Amino acid sequence: MPFIPHTEQEIDEMLEAIGIKDTDELFEEIPSHLKISGLEGIPQGMTEMEISRLMHKRAAQNKQAVCFIGAGAYEHHIPAAVWQLTTRGEYYTAYTPYQAEASQGTLQLTYEYQSMITALTDMDVSNASLYDGASALAEAILMAVRGNRKSKSRRILLPRTVHPDYRKTADTIVSGQNIELVEVDYDRTSGTVQLDALKQAAGDDVTAVVIQQPSFFGTLEDVDAITDWAHENNALVISVTNPLSMAVLKPPGQWGSNGADIACGDGQPLGAPLSSGGPYYGFLCCSQALVRQMPGRIVGRTTDVDGKIGFVLTLQAREQHIRRSKATSNICTNQGLVVTASTIHMAILGPRGLENTAAACHANTRELVAQLGSIDGVRQAFSSPIFHESVLLLDKPAGEVLQALAQKDILGGYDLGMDYPELGNAMLVCATELRTEEEIMAYRTALQDVLAVETLHKEIA
Amino acid sequence: MLIYEHSRPGRKGAPQAPTSKADLSDIPPNLLRKDRAALPEVSELQAVRHYTRLSKKNFSIDTHFYPLGSCTMKYNPRACNSLAMLPGFLARHPLTPDQHSQGFLACMHELQTMLCEAMGMAAFSLAPMAGAQGEFAGIKMIRAYHQANNDDVRKEILVPDAAHGTNPATATMCGYSVREIPTLENGDVNFEALQQAVGPQTAGLMLTNPSTLGVFERQIEKIAAIVHEAGGLLYYDGANLNAILGKIRPGDMGFDVIHTNLHKTFSTPHGGGGPGSGAVGVADRLKPFLPLPIVVEDSGKYHCLTERDVPQSIGRLSAFMGNAGVLLRAYIYMRLLGKSGMERVAEFATLNANYMMAEAKRRGFQLAIPDRRASHEFIITLKKEASELHVTAMDFAKRLLDLGYHAPTTYFPLLVPECLLIEPTESEAKEALDGFMDAMEQIREEAKVSPELVTTAPHTLPVKRLDEVSAARNLDLRCKAE
Repeated sequence: MPFIPHTEQEIDEMLEAIGIKDTDELFEEIPSHLKISGLEGIPQGMTEMEISRLMHKRAAQNKQAVCFIGAGAYEHHIPAAVWQLTTRGEYYTAYTPYQAEASQGTLQLTYEYQSMITALTDMDVSNASLYDGASALAEAILMAVRGNRKSKSRRILLPRTVHPDYRKTADTIVSGQNIELVEVDYDRTSGTVQLDALKQAAGDDVTAVVIQQPSFFGTLEDVDAITDWAHENNALVISVTNPLSMAVLKPPGQWGSNGADIACGDGQPLGAPLSSGGPYYGFLCCSQALVRQMPGRIVGRTTDVDGKIGFVLTLQAREQHIRRSKATSNICTNQGLVVTASTIHMAILGPRGLENTAAACHANTRELVAQLGSIDGVRQAFSSPIFHESVLLLDKPAGEVLQALAQKDILGGYDLGMDYPELGNAMLVCATELRTEEEIMAYRTALQDVLAVETLHKEIA
Repeated sequence: MLIYEHSRPGRKGAPQAPTSKADLSDIPPNLLRKDRAALPEVSELQAVRHYTRLSKKNFSIDTHFYPLGSCTMKYNPRACNSLAMLPGFLARHPLTPDQHSQGFLACMHELQTMLCEAMGMAAFSLAPMAGAQGEFAGIKMIRAYHQANNDDVRKEILVPDAAHGTNPATATMCGYSVREIPTLENGDVNFEALQQAVGPQTAGLMLTNPSTLGVFERQIEKIAAIVHEAGGLLYYDGANLNAILGKIRPGDMGFDVIHTNLHKTFSTPHGGGGPGSGAVGVADRLKPFLPLPIVVEDSGKYHCLTERDVPQSIGRLSAFMGNAGVLLRAYIYMRLLGKSGMERVAEFATLNANYMMAEAKRRGFQLAIPDRRASHEFIITLKKEASELHVTAMDFAKRLLDLGYHAPTTYFPLLVPECLLIEPTESEAKEALDGFMDAMEQIREEAKVSPELVTTAPHTLPVKRLDEVSAARNLDLRCKAE
């Protein structure tokens, strides 16, 4: 069912104005043997009633379950107002604000976003966002290579405590540009990256060091010492952070004596639903010194001819539509709509609301770890302090345990076996502010049952 | 007024945050934040009112005709949004096991299949999160293909000079050097120049067809042959797919890899500048290099392929599944349109553009390429008006805003002076097209009688022309709280 308003009479009038007999003539410049007679493999169209029925059925096939998975995407409460406002047509169906005077809504909102995200990270400047946290890390690395003129090696230290899929994405995106990503192992006891390991990997010259805080494991890195060491050695510091955690954890701009140079991460915890992994958005902030190396759109405040305050896209001379092959990146859009949601989300929650949410997630995860840790055959993997996520070791294969829990509609965590085989039977768990005491207790009971049944099976075998 | 100006210390949106007491005593004090983040402290009503008011300062498809060339601002059916936001889709964690995800995965698999059919390609990956990332994935696959053949002398990507800026920027990001191919006045690629440029160093050619000049590249088969003969591959920039959907397919034209802009052709929202989606399709020989994840079906059950299944894949482009919610909207749109609906997209997009072009000609405007059929878009050049009346394309654009029309794309493509690139899309009714052309005529009359009305436009919007030079010189990129 196409969205085409033309009446037969209008079609005739239009054809006449063009001076042709039928619409086939519109395509006369296309070699006729290339034209297709129709799209045979496409199913027939549907009415809105029919597609509605189909999508409700499909949505129901995504069986609902209680989620204790984090690993880079977190289920949080989102105020009802956030997406009701975001899906207003004026936000939802506008495009990149090329005509500033007709886009002051989007432009001012983006400026407010830049203000809020720099406040959370305590950095000097931010762009209007990138695609997601993983690709933001890749752009941060490219930016560091452009911006660090004291280093020639194009070597980046990338600890294994950084999200494995962020590392894979960074590798995909930067690998064509003669940049070396140096993997640095973590300490098996603390679950953090040690300064000695970084020093060893550094060699003579390093362009930048990446630190994720909290780490992928939920452990807390010694960010001050690492930042200062990096700066002493002429390396830039790239932070990867969960922006919600910055309401209570020391933000990148305050790490060490001088702060991180580039701060990136995924904005999902600030107002984006889980939605199978996207759309989320990547945030990217940096120190003033690096602003001209920043990729993507940036909004600035200025005045109009009458001196009235207004907002425009600025520093466009960095971008692909002007610089073409010499641009800072090929990026041309941001994740405007999700940033709209996120800005409204931050405004409604405010600093105290975000603090309370972050603290509640942490408290729930601690409770979860305590409850599960009290079961025989379950223990915490690492000794470091954590924030809002933790690795548990099981005495049974994590994949099988998680499978059994899923049968009971509990998504018990993320199996670390694929990316961290050295940990043995390890899973990453998280309980956000949405998880209730009853849900945590139900998880405990279920895990206890699963482990007991498995043991039973083994004994019988 | 900024949201910060409504802020008062201690004010909060009480019902939204958890009430439990914060206990962070297990975290060492040196890792905790000492100050409170300088976020606005407003009531929920203040936030709602502020962002509702801000929204009214935007032009959008829902409020205005938005003929922004090369952006395909067609109607975004509301059902696509509300159905993609059903709780069963929104609540799904990206790492949810397959057995709890069959509804979502089925939609993604069918989307891949429908895209293959509509584009004439062998396989699709939905991973890229925007057109530019789709381009990146495409060129990266070309590179991986040559590398797999131990063919490492190919260092160059050919790009017509009419191409979007993302094309050359992408080639650079993938480690290639860029050679520009000139375009003829009739809009076709300069084939002689291409012939001279193609050689053993050619990794591939990036082409938009119809081009950004709004005409179909008539020599496409010759171009495909010469690039393939030299061992290069052909990349299709899907920016203008709305001009051909249902009429001709990139795969049949000889392209090896394409990206589609689902936010253009398949009507997912532009959202004030994203999220987009740049799904990539390939011919058989590039299949092993597709980015992950890819959804496959195995006796009625769906799952995602991983690095182990596709070892030569160029890898991941995002932490999870790309812009999944955008993909769902595109899926719903395609199912709504179906076979016969999709077959009519290019037909009516092209009818609208050619009608507007005929009207522009009748009303005495100069066309950039007057003697050819327009694709889904066409170009007016205001060279004459600029020299005789001293009003520029920018002035026309700004005055159009006053008259209730979003301006077409201005000063792109760079090859045409004082140009407006106009793309009406199939979802606009004839009266919107007529109204726009009336406005163009009115502005030209105003330029004769009272030119300052045009050169100082807009007059009716929240702000007048803004000082971009000072914005770039005196950077003010965030509000600093006192």
